[in-house]
Amino acid sequence: MAKKKLGTQTVEFKNPPSIIAGGTIVGPKEGEGPLRDYFDMILVDDTYGEKSWEKAESKMFQDAVNLALKKANLKISEIDYLLGGDLLNQIISANFAARQLNVPHFGLYGACSTTTEGLTLGAMLIDGGYADYIITATSSHFSTAERQFRYPLEQGIQRPFTSQWTVTGAGATILASTGEGPYITHATTGKVVDLGMKDANNMGAAMAPAAADTIITHFKDTGFTIEDYDLIMTGDMGRVGRDILLELLYKEGYDIESKYKDCGIEIFDESQDVHSGGSGAACSAVVLNGWLLSQIQNGVYKKVLFMATGALLSPTSSQQGESIPGIAHAITISTTL
Amino acid sequence: MDYIKAFLMGGLICAIAQILIDKTKLTPARILVTYVTLGAILGGLGVYKKLIDIGGAGATIPLLGFGNSLAQGVIKAVEKDGLIGVFTGGLTATAGGISAAVFFGYIFSLIFNPRTKK
Amino acid sequence: MERDVKKEQEYKNIAQKYEPKPALLKNIVMAFVVGGLISDIGQFFLNFYLSRGYSMQDANTLVSITMVFLGAFLTGIGVYDDIGKFAGAGSIVPITGFANSIVSPAMEFKREGFVFGAAAKMFTIAGPVIVYGVSTSIIIGLIYYFLK
Repeated sequence: MAKKKLGTQTVEFKNPPSIIAGGTIVGPKEGEGPLRDYFDMILVDDTYGEKSWEKAESKMFQDAVNLALKKANLKISEIDYLLGGDLLNQIISANFAARQLNVPHFGLYGACSTTTEGLTLGAMLIDGGYADYIITATSSHFSTAERQFRYPLEQGIQRPFTSQWTVTGAGATILASTGEGPYITHATTGKVVDLGMKDANNMGAAMAPAAADTIITHFKDTGFTIEDYDLIMTGDMGRVGRDILLELLYKEGYDIESKYKDCGIEIFDESQDVHSGGSGAACSAVVLNGWLLSQIQNGVYKKVLFMATGALLSPTSSQQGESIPGIAHAITISTTL
Repeated sequence: MDYIKAFLMGGLICAIAQILIDKTKLTPARILVTYVTLGAILGGLGVYKKLIDIGGAGATIPLLGFGNSLAQGVIKAVEKDGLIGVFTGGLTATAGGISAAVFFGYIFSLIFNPRTKK
Repeated sequence: MERDVKKEQEYKNIAQKYEPKPALLKNIVMAFVVGGLISDIGQFFLNFYLSRGYSMQDANTLVSITMVFLGAFLTGIGVYDDIGKFAGAGSIVPITGFANSIVSPAMEFKREGFVFGAAAKMFTIAGPVIVYGVSTSIIIGLIYYFLK
């Protein structure tokens, strides 16, 4: 039996890593949203002076890493591993940024769940004694995601009310083996769950079963209760996904509504015409590294269950009529040990 | 008067497509393919001509009208040239629209760049 | 993992409960009005070309070319997608929407080159339309040839 494992899917870190810095950069639309004051950098132009949006996304990824390094007062040469990913084919934003960063790099793909996939693996690497400093980062870009997963930008189509708006931005987190916290104390790794949803314009409904599964497993594995947490936050369920998730959990005896927030709902105002809310790997990354870290530092929240959720579809799988598998990874962020 | 008729006919055809999109989740691409095929069938049956008599441009501007032109073109060509008309009629009748779409499409894609949505 | 059909159906019912329905009436009205207005623009050009002495068939071809030009131009300057946002099918179904479906991917994918990017992608939607339209017309032609 693995010594640090709790229950079926959770690990408890014996040497919990500290989150020592977060770097965030967002696009113009996110910069007009309610969380604008919490981001390090807001782009005026979402091409970021580059020839393509793919190049712009990779540059944001790189800059988020550099912003976090600067805040932590570290050089990239002091980082043991970069764990990063994005939504584009062959995760080119992360890999092309790593080409410039000159650091040992693990490329990850878990769709929008990559944010907590990276944090979980980073925490394990530190707890295992394989690293002192880890950077995890993710990015997404509305215009690169639209053309890969949906329609050309200038095509005159209506977005359904269930659809979500891919966040333009990038977020990076630095984990350290020593520090004053906040600490990552537990991580629950999700299973891929698929209840047959096929509508690529309704990611919330595709991801909700996986999200509910991971949250319930987390409580069972750790013995924590809802009362132990000040905040339970998901990555990009959106309004539709939130309502379904709350019902699924309520049916299993977990009423989390009073403690619950979703990054995708918080990042945009309803007047910004994003329908169900924000999404994308950057959605959870910029809200975590911008808004949430500052709330934790200011003592608003002491113990948070943070869970990024991913819809593991591809344009090919959608065209072939496959349903959309979902996944969710949860981590416990706590100011005390 | 022909403006009112065109407005009503064109509007009706688009409204039916909107119901299909909202009720069946048909994508825009499938709507266009469905309409052009349906237009060709209605044209082949000689029904669509009546809609054009009533609605004028309201019936020719929607993609149904494009399908109808293909069918009418084929029928005319078969009458004139026999079997070879089966293969030449459709595109001959619609050559103007298709060539314009290809050419203007290419030219404007050279001149303009897409902008991100707000 | 085996698919649990019963569980999937149960979940589908829950998910459907929370799915916001499209604003059907508003969408239909907008599609009707915009589709009607685009048709009237077509009617205006039709009347114009007829008044210049063109035959009905030539005038219709000229109207198609004119409308395709307008749709392509409005797409280029970035207006057509704004119309499409509220008009829905009202701007998809007219021939201007056909032009939009050609120009929008061509613009978007020219960064992937002018052959496999712009030129290939411009037929993403127009290609199927022409394939099904032409094929249907050929079947109609064959039937007509053998029945007449």
